[in-house]
Formats: sequence, structure tokens, C-alpha cells
Amino acid sequence: MPLELSEEERATAAGEHGAGAAMAMRIVAESARLLGAPRLISIASAHIDGALYHGDSGTLFAERLVDGGAKVAVRATLNVGALDLAGGCRVRLEEPQRAMARRMMHAYRAMGCEPTWTCAPYQAGHRPAFGSDVAWGESNAVVFCNSVLGARTNRYGDFLDIACAIAGCAPYTGLHRPRNRRAEVVFDVSHLPAEFLASEIAWPVLGSLFGREIGDGVGVVTGIAAHPGEDALKAFGAAAASAGAVGLFHIAGVTPEAPDVAAAGGGMTPKHTITVTPQMVADAQRRLSTANAPDRIDAVAVGSPHLSLDEVARLEELVAGRRLRVPLYACTGRHVLETIDRDGRRKLLEACGVTIVADTCVVVTPIMAELPSGVLMTNSGKFAHYAPGNTGYDVLYGSLADCVESAVSGRPQFGAATEAVGR
Amino acid sequence: MKGDVLVAAAASGGPALVLDRPISFWGGVDARTGRIADVRHPQHGQSVTGTVLFVPATIGSSSASAVLMELVHRDLAPAAIVLHEPDAILLLGLIVAREMGWPIPPAVKLDRRFHARFRGQHVSIDNEGAIDAPVFSSARDA
Repeated sequence: MPLELSEEERATAAGEHGAGAAMAMRIVAESARLLGAPRLISIASAHIDGALYHGDSGTLFAERLVDGGAKVAVRATLNVGALDLAGGCRVRLEEPQRAMARRMMHAYRAMGCEPTWTCAPYQAGHRPAFGSDVAWGESNAVVFCNSVLGARTNRYGDFLDIACAIAGCAPYTGLHRPRNRRAEVVFDVSHLPAEFLASEIAWPVLGSLFGREIGDGVGVVTGIAAHPGEDALKAFGAAAASAGAVGLFHIAGVTPEAPDVAAAGGGMTPKHTITVTPQMVADAQRRLSTANAPDRIDAVAVGSPHLSLDEVARLEELVAGRRLRVPLYACTGRHVLETIDRDGRRKLLEACGVTIVADTCVVVTPIMAELPSGVLMTNSGKFAHYAPGNTGYDVLYGSLADCVESAVSGRPQFGAATEAVGR
Repeated sequence: MKGDVLVAAAASGGPALVLDRPISFWGGVDARTGRIADVRHPQHGQSVTGTVLFVPATIGSSSASAVLMELVHRDLAPAAIVLHEPDAILLLGLIVAREMGWPIPPAVKLDRRFHARFRGQHVSIDNEGAIDAPVFSSARDA
């Protein structure tokens, strides 16, 4: 079906509202044509992943929009950038790249985007209404927005995210269409020990397995007795969206489009079921580590997606004022930083050896020391997936409690304080 | 052979680079050199610059468009891209580059069953999506 634009959309593309708005509308329309969308739909908000510096062309594009007078037509929050503007770490990005990254961040703000600089905008006050159409980028934010909030978005990439925010509309295709949101596969975890399901690592490990099994499809998790909490769903989605191309998941009895398994399937239980076994979970957990039984660790990184206030509190509880032997990078957003700065808690953490990374994170820009054959420990399924390729470190996966104990001793510690989990 | 025009541009040509495996542009192609950077890709180290690049499939990263646009901006792009199926995210890199006023390579759709016969050929693509190579003209002459 050929794309049909409204009269107003055509006028915007022709330049009626300025050169910037015209360029944005043409980009949205061309994408819609390539995607086979029949029309554009209005969107309620955007989350922009495009302000992360990959090269000068992205900066020039953003500045061209600014020069053309482009402004976002809807609420638009910004994902992480390449620089830490508010936190306490030095990013090793040299000139002239550093200046170009800064110019890029500035251009997106000039278009009216909010300087949230976080990959967890949904915990920074940006929570679109159930059933609303939005244009979000950043894979973990996309999957959270679709699955936990029940708003509707595809995986918007660089350029298209800001173009949609300026145009105020998006191609009507993919997960914007209700029929594409139905679960096709059941992911049954009811055979797993309750002890595992209550543990801190359950959700990131299951997410990683889910992503690999489901790919870019839609699945519904069954066998979960109670809501595991928002941070658990955040960890599950982030791991699923990095191990696979998951844009939407359902959890029967937990997420808003899945009061039960049949509802998740659009009125009928999906025919195909994956029965998750303890063996599959053990394999998935093993695959999150690339380091082979190291006798030391060089750093710990937590906060992908960015730590919530609750997660920072848990980190404080586990560190308990002890001095860390290796650096622990805690990545978060300024929405959390504000509170822990005000309360003096940031200083206490930093005094123990925690490096607070804000506005960015350790896998998207050079922050950690360059260390051939370095070993990074993490509790994040997403860090575990990207750190080897992006930082050169080998990864050791463990719970937050294990990560902290290992940072204190400088050696891998497993099985720490698991009784404290799941309260 | 006739392909379907996905993104129109001036007629173009160059030596064929027929990829043996799918590729992810983000992390798979170095935007600063034009070389295939994915160490697991069978054509790791080869340059895509100036080639008619035959792509059997793409592996999705939402930053593929940024890498392709950066290649265009640095004059390191392929001379043309032949895709088995349209990848809206990748092609967005060409659409935005065209909006920026930078000369872009054409992108054409052609079933991957036909890609292999262009291997080793100098390939030309006209602005209506016709894909030609010496192997075809010698067949016509015969």
C-alpha cells in the first residue's frame, strides 16, 4: 500500500513551517515509505538516542536542523551522551571529537529536548500513558515503554527519533499496530526453583535467555507468582533487548497488556511454548561471562540501565562504608544524582572508592582505564553483552552483592549475602 | 539485470564486493576507514569504499544509519549498495545524507540468489536500477 500523507504533512514537507521542520517531515515520510507504512500517526512524546557522538556527520545533521529553526513538537527526553557533564568521571575523548560531541549535545538541547541524559527516562519522570503512541530510541527504554508502561513504540534509531519528535508523527507500522503486539510464544519459567526466581540475578539472566530464544518476536512469560518490582523488569528488558532484538514482552499477571496468558496472545494462548529448564538458565548465566575463572578483577560497573534511587540505596547498603580495592563505576542519571548530592550520599560513596558516572555510561564512551586483558565484573546483562566489544575488558557476571564483595577484596567473590535478596 | 530502486541517486559503478554473510554496520564497518571491522565476518579487513556492495542481509542495530552517513560524509561509502531486502534503518543513513546535500550512492533491491554471479565483476548501476556487468554483455554477445 503506498504511503498517503495528509495535506498538512505535505505542506510541512514542502517548507511551510521552515527548513528544519521540512527536513524532519521528509525523513519521517521517506522512512515510512521504506517501511511500507500506509500513513503517519501522531505521537505523544519521544526519547532521543541520536545525541550520542558517532562522528562529525551526526553533529552537522543536528546543527542543520537547528539552523532551519526546528523545534520538537512533543516532549522529548535525551538518552546518554558521550560526555559526563554532571557526574564525577573524566571521559577520555580527545579534541576535536570532544568539541564535536559537545556541539552535538548542545544542538539537541537547542531544539527543545530535555537534558535528561539517561537511558532510564521512565524513572526520570517520563512515563507515557498506556496505549499512547510515542517514538522512543534506546533499546532498553523502548522495551520498557512498550512492555511495562503499555505505550506503543517501535525501535527508533538515530535521525528518525529526532525527526519524529520535530514532525510530531511517526510511520504507522510495527508495534504501533495492536495486532503486532500479541504474544506468539509462551516462555514458561514455572519449572525453575523459587529460590532462583527470588534471587537478584534471576531477571537479567532470564532476560538474556528470553532475548536469545525469542529474537525479534513477542513472547509472554508465565509462571511468575508476584510482581517482581520495576527494577527487575528494567533489568529483564535491557538484557532481552541486547541479547535479541526484543521490542516488547509480556509477563502474565504482571505487565499491563497481559492480565493473563490468553489476553497477551490477543484472545488465545500462543501455540508455541518454551519450557525453561534449570539447565537453560545455567547456560544463559554462564554465557554472560567471558572471563575464564580469573583470580582478580580490575573494575566493577553497575547501572545499565542507569541506577534508580532504590538501586543506589541497595548499593550503599552493600558497600556499608567499606573502602573498595578496585574502582566501582556506578552509572546513573541526574534525576538520581540530584537527590544523592543533596543528601551528601554521593560524597560518602565516592569516599569509599565509587566513581559516579552521570549523563553517560562506561560502554558508550571511553571512561575505564585502557587495560588489555582487564576483567570487569557487572550485575547488568546489558553491560555483560556490550563490554567485551566496546571496552576490551573480559566480563565476569554476578549479583550486585557479589560485585560489591569482589570490589572490596579485588578478587572474584560469589555467593555473598544472597539471603538479603528479594525482600 | 533489473533491481528495484530503494534510494535514487546518480548512475554509479565499481568493483563488486559480494558479502558472504550478513553484516551489522554498527560495530561491523569502521566509519573511519571503510573497512569491515567485525572479526567474525569472513570478509573482515576488506574495504567497502568505492565498491558495489552486495548485502545478503543486515543485522539490526539502530545506529547502522549513523555509520553509513558517516561513511558518506568521509567519502568512504560504497559506490552503490545492493540489498536483498530493504533495511529502513540502514537506508535512513542515505536519506539523511541526501538531505544534507552530500552526494550519495544509489541503493537497489535485488534477490540474493543473483548476487554471486557479480563476484569479481566491475558492476554498473543506472538511475533506474538496472545492474550490469561484463559477464552479462559477453553472454549477450555470444
